Amino acid sequence: MALALQTFATVKDANAALRSTGTRYLGGGTLVVRAANEGDVSVSGLIRSTDPALSAIEIIGDNVRIGASVTMAAITRHPNLGTLTKAARAVGGPAIRNMATVGGNLFAPAPYGDFTVALLALDATVSTDDGEMPIEAFLAGRDGSRAIITSVSFTLPQADGFRFLKVSRVKPKGVSVLSIAAVLLLAPDGTVSSARIALGCMADRPMRAKATEKALLGRTLDQHGIAVALAAATEGIAPITDPIASAWYRTEVLPVHLGRLLLG
Amino acid sequence: MAKIPVQFTLNGSEKAEFVDGGTTLLNALRDKIGDTSPKGGCHQGTCGACSVIIDGEIRLSCLTLAETCNGADIKTLSGLAEGGVLHPLQRAFLDTFATQCGFCTPGMIMAAKVLLDHTPNPSRDDVVEALSGNICRCTGYEPIIEAVLLAARANSQNAA
Repeated sequence: MALALQTFATVKDANAALRSTGTRYLGGGTLVVRAANEGDVSVSGLIRSTDPALSAIEIIGDNVRIGASVTMAAITRHPNLGTLTKAARAVGGPAIRNMATVGGNLFAPAPYGDFTVALLALDATVSTDDGEMPIEAFLAGRDGSRAIITSVSFTLPQADGFRFLKVSRVKPKGVSVLSIAAVLLLAPDGTVSSARIALGCMADRPMRAKATEKALLGRTLDQHGIAVALAAATEGIAPITDPIASAWYRTEVLPVHLGRLLLG
Repeated sequence: MAKIPVQFTLNGSEKAEFVDGGTTLLNALRDKIGDTSPKGGCHQGTCGACSVIIDGEIRLSCLTLAETCNGADIKTLSGLAEGGVLHPLQRAFLDTFATQCGFCTPGMIMAAKVLLDHTPNPSRDDVVEALSGNICRCTGYEPIIEAVLLAARANSQNAA
């Protein structure tokens, strides 16, 4: 079936076109063209926008704004986004990273969407033409979302305050068994004063590990200090089962890898 | 539905075609232009057999719509040999027996070419990373990695 692609100079016009039934937004193509190749007949038309703002990265002080069309490769190349390089490189091989966009990654179902796990830990804000919303709210309602994502914004963490881990069976590139991102702040006495931890593959979309976060507060990042947090790691999770790993396996190994991440 | 005109440079030659909406670059190259060097493997962006170089970047032609390539500079394996002389990467793939069934080879070589264009003296890890989006099901990766390292050595010797 032929797919009509409409290209618009502005997001506003693209948003208007996207109201038509059967249309999907085309970013890098790694989700929507793949769906079309697989015979998804619900897609009859594609919309895209060439608005330059969608491809821009702006960093003012610690405030980062990444346009939705920015690719994973562009993030890895950016001199001031070294903190996020590991998370961006977790997405596919080189060809995929040249195509996959930040906006598209927000919609990637598990076991994909590793960069979104990082954005969730960073407490990013997701922007559309209509306004902004916290990434958690966006992820909760993304299935019904029709508005074009224009950018994500967040505060750049200190290099030693952000940790990211992707576990896969095939190295260096492979689909996630799980991924974990953490933004940790330590008090002068070495105890955790703030923790924000996100998990990938532990639900159909990235989720917060709130029980773990709570259990880490006031604790030191050593074997004894993280024990309670690891015991709480599987609370609230509903891991996916796919050809890479079963839900049981993912549940079993989550505390192991979380422990490695926390211990550095 | 009306055909859509697409113009791009393919291996140094200007190409102009009319394609159906939604036609992938892979299908346009193979079915309309007759360049069958990019292979259609998974059509999901997983195997890398369809990899081509678009504006200097390695990309997957199975997930790229042809009409988004207007004005692009596209390179495929077909354009690598010059005047009947194999490219050093092609030569190295033969010399190290890095090609068994050959289905993954075009994507492997194009991914390797981008690597060597930017990193003339890559480490083994660099090669593994560059080829990480390309799956081989019969040759085995060691001869392929060795081929890329051999081509890099040949290039640096020629440059010296």
